Order: sequence, then structure tokens, then C-alpha cells
Amino acid sequence: MAEAAERTRAVRGRSRPPGGSRTSNTAPRPFGALAWALPPIALLALFFLYPLALVVQQSFRPDSGGTSLRPYADVLASGAFRHALWTTVWLALASTAGCLLLGFLLALVIAFVPFPGAKGVARFIDVYLSFPSFLITLALLFLYGSTGIVGSFQFLTTPWGVLLAEVTYFTPFVMRPLLAAFSQLDTAQLEAACSLGARAPRIVRQVILPEALPALAAGGSLVLVLCLNEFGIVLFTGAKGVTTLPMLVYGKAILESDYPGACVVAVVNVLISVGLYALYRVVSRRAGA
Amino acid sequence: MLVHSRGARWAVWTVFAVLFLPLFALPLLVILGASLATHWSGVLPSGATVAHYRAATRGEALQALTTSLLTALGASLLALTVGTWAALAAAGLRKRYRSIMDALFVLPVAVPSVVVGLSVLVAFSQPPLLLNGTRWIVILAHTVLVTAFAHQSVSAAITRLDPAYEQAAASLGARPAHVLWRVRLPLLLPSLTAAAGLCFALSMGELSATMMLYPPDWTPLPVLVYAATDRGALFTGSAVAVVLMAATLLVLFAVSRVRTRASYR
Repeated sequence: MAEAAERTRAVRGRSRPPGGSRTSNTAPRPFGALAWALPPIALLALFFLYPLALVVQQSFRPDSGGTSLRPYADVLASGAFRHALWTTVWLALASTAGCLLLGFLLALVIAFVPFPGAKGVARFIDVYLSFPSFLITLALLFLYGSTGIVGSFQFLTTPWGVLLAEVTYFTPFVMRPLLAAFSQLDTAQLEAACSLGARAPRIVRQVILPEALPALAAGGSLVLVLCLNEFGIVLFTGAKGVTTLPMLVYGKAILESDYPGACVVAVVNVLISVGLYALYRVVSRRAGA
Repeated sequence: MLVHSRGARWAVWTVFAVLFLPLFALPLLVILGASLATHWSGVLPSGATVAHYRAATRGEALQALTTSLLTALGASLLALTVGTWAALAAAGLRKRYRSIMDALFVLPVAVPSVVVGLSVLVAFSQPPLLLNGTRWIVILAHTVLVTAFAHQSVSAAITRLDPAYEQAAASLGARPAHVLWRVRLPLLLPSLTAAAGLCFALSMGELSATMMLYPPDWTPLPVLVYAATDRGALFTGSAVAVVLMAATLLVLFAVSRVRTRASYR
């Protein structure tokens, strides 16, 4: 049935006089193309940009009424906010550094000292990326929590527990672009360096590392943004001492019903993350070129 | 390649195993082990039981599983449609407009999901569109969050597409809609299914925006895992988490089957 329909359409297509008046559809038609782009942009504007604009608007509207900078003054002056900002930034920076170091080492072994099953490990990493982040904290609760296997010391309720969970969860995000970059590296370079007498550390430093820099930069800045925005890992530790900006947004909005305050924190968080993400796009585009 | 002596190679592999296994394999094994146990005070879990799974596959948990599956299905289908449309439309634009559109559509990746949740909550708790307290607000937030990923992977595939096929079809007199339906979309099918799998997995595990929005009668699985953990029922929580992982993997596996069949075409 479908085949028959296809055939009639093909026949009709052929019966059309050659060199007809129809213009090629692949030629640029700026106005038609712009019209086609409008529906998805309208949807994005309605369901993403307009809500974000409302958040910004609400951040200037204190509960007492009117439009003022009061919410900003209140939030920026509070110790809880400054503490959360500092915790978020140093946790994200430290996690990113940890992920870069660990990811580089592990990807190096998978790519250049391959063992039987290295392909399986690379596939496992792909699967790992599709699991939610809070599973790692859930597992750490068994290992280090109050009824823990390793010990009942309060490791998880400190920022170090969050740091361990973030490094564990986000390292694969660094390893994937690295493995892709390593697979494109010409192994003849390594052989040449080796035959000229360079030892492994020197080959890594002078041949592999320069090739890996774009992938490291791209993966690192993505992980930095994701760490700044991470919520599930911190929520699951149940730690009162570790408050990051996303946790503060959640706490203010849902637990305290202080919407103007939550919106102020959200605006600050968005500014930091979007600024960093713009940097990531520039870096990764340069890496791709 | 890099390390030639046998001893050194084994040393490198040992370091790899010492780093890799505790960090990446152990967490998943711990959750799997805990979901089958009643106590865990020694090195190994004790008191083998499947009671947690019996609890995790009926009643509240079963309802949460259907909720998660429906939310993920709805969100990924919507995101795939909008993301693909946007990517196809952007490909026809001039370079300057195209980069503006790309930047607009990746923005949700950079905005924290908690803030996406907050903004959707603020915007749709008031007229004209009152969605707060319904299931649609959860599906909407998930769609916003995953559309960026769908758009990114489809537009990457479009730039790799060989224009010769559509040019040949157009030169034989095919209308634009026909070229899109019979040439471009079939060629894009592998990346479309990959994007669908990605969106589905992300939506299944989404917790941050969901925590801000979920109504009591639409509780996805991650929220249930958190609720169980929060009241101290760690073992039940891990059984629910295993169900969540298994459901995600099953769907990903099914989607990858579609992809391999499409790539043989």
C-alpha cells in the first residue's frame, strides 16, 4: 500500500516537465525560513524566557509591596547567603580540579595502556552518565553515613562528603571528550617520541597533554557549571552545614515561602552559571575549530 | 603503547583498578546490595530479603514508576519535536540568526534546574495559565530542561548531514515537505533516537526542578527515593533507586535497538 503510494508519487514527480518554474528549496529563503523559526522560539519565550523574566521582576518586589532594591540589600547582607555563595564556588572549583585530574589519569590508561575490557569500561562510563546524581550520595550514605560501613563519623555532613560525591559523579563528563580526543591522536607521534628515547611521563607531558588541552578545557568548564548548579547531591547528604546556592533557592522558596529572597538568590546563581557557560561555549567552539 | 615493560603495565592497571572500582563500580554495587538486605553494619550486607522490591513494585512506588515513565515519555516527545523543529529551522537561517537561535536554545543547560523550577512555579501559579498543582507543570518543567539537549544533539547531526541527498531530491522535483519527510528525517533518525534516549534518561532522574513543583498526586520516582531516604528508610530507598535505574536502562536499550536497525538502512 505504502509502496504503491510511493510509486505513484515517484511517477508524478518524474512526469513534471524538467526545468520547471519551481525554485530549489535548498536556496536560502530568508523570510520563509525566519517564519519557520518563529513557532519554536515563541514556545521557548513563553515557557522559559517569560518565567525567567518574572523571577527577575519578583526579585525587585519585596513582600511589603512596591518596587525596590530591598530584597537584594537584605539577601546580600545576610551571612547565610555569603556563606552559601562561598561554599558553592569553592566546592565547584575543587570538584572541577578533582574531576580534571582523575579524568585525565583514567582516560590516559583506557586510551594508551589498554587492557582487556577497556572498551567495556568506556561503555560503562556512557551508561553511568545516564544515572541521576543523587544515587552516588545514596551509596555514600551506606558507606560513610551514621549507620555506615566504613565508620559512623560525620563525614558526609561536611563539605568533603559533597566534594567526594561530585568528583565521583562528574568525572565521566571529563572522560568522554578526552577519550574522543585521544582516539583522534596519531599514534605515530607517540612511537616517534618513544623511539627518540622519551619516557612515558615526558610523552604524556609534551605530546599527549597539548593535544588534550581543548578537550580538558571544554569538559572542565562544563563540569564547573554543572557543579555550580548541582542540587540532588547536596540535598541527599541531609547536611545542615553545607548550603549551596541552589539549596538556598529551594529552602527560601519551598520551606520559608520567601519568594523575593529566593528570586534574588536565583538571579545571582543564573548570572554566575550563564557567564561561565558562555565562556564554555567560546572555549569549546575554539577547540572544535 | 605508552608503557612497554610488563611490570610497569601491571602497575598502571593496578592503580587504575584502585581508583576506578571504589569510585565508580562500588556505589552501584552498594545500592544493589542494600536493596536486597535488611541490615548493613559489617563489611557485607546481611539479612537477605526481597521484601523491599515487593514494596517497590506496588502501591505508592508502582504509581510513582508510572508517573515517572509518563512524565519522561511526554517530556521527551515534546522536547524532541520542539528541539528538532528549532534545529531544522535554524539550519535554514543566515549564520548570524542561526547562532542567536542556538544560543537561545542551549540557555536552559546553563540555568540551574532549581531556578527553572522556581521560574515555572512563579509564572504558572497565576492567571492566565494556572498550572500549579497539576501534573502538567511537572511535565512542562521537564520539557524545558531537556529540550536544550535534544536541540543540541539534533543540530550537531544536521551540520554533519550531506546536503547532496536533499539537493538531488529537490532537483528531481520533490517539494520541501517531501524532502523533509522522505530524505532529511530518515537520515537524521539515528541521532533523533539517540536524543530521545538522552532526554528520557535525564527526565527519569530529574530531581531539582521536580522538588520545587510536584503536586501530591504526581510524585515521580526520584522524589520517592528522597522521601524514603529522608525518613531513614535507606534500604527501601535503594530498592526504589534500583527500579529507577532498571527502568531507565530498559528504555535506553530499547531505543538503541531502534537506532541500530535504522543505521542499516
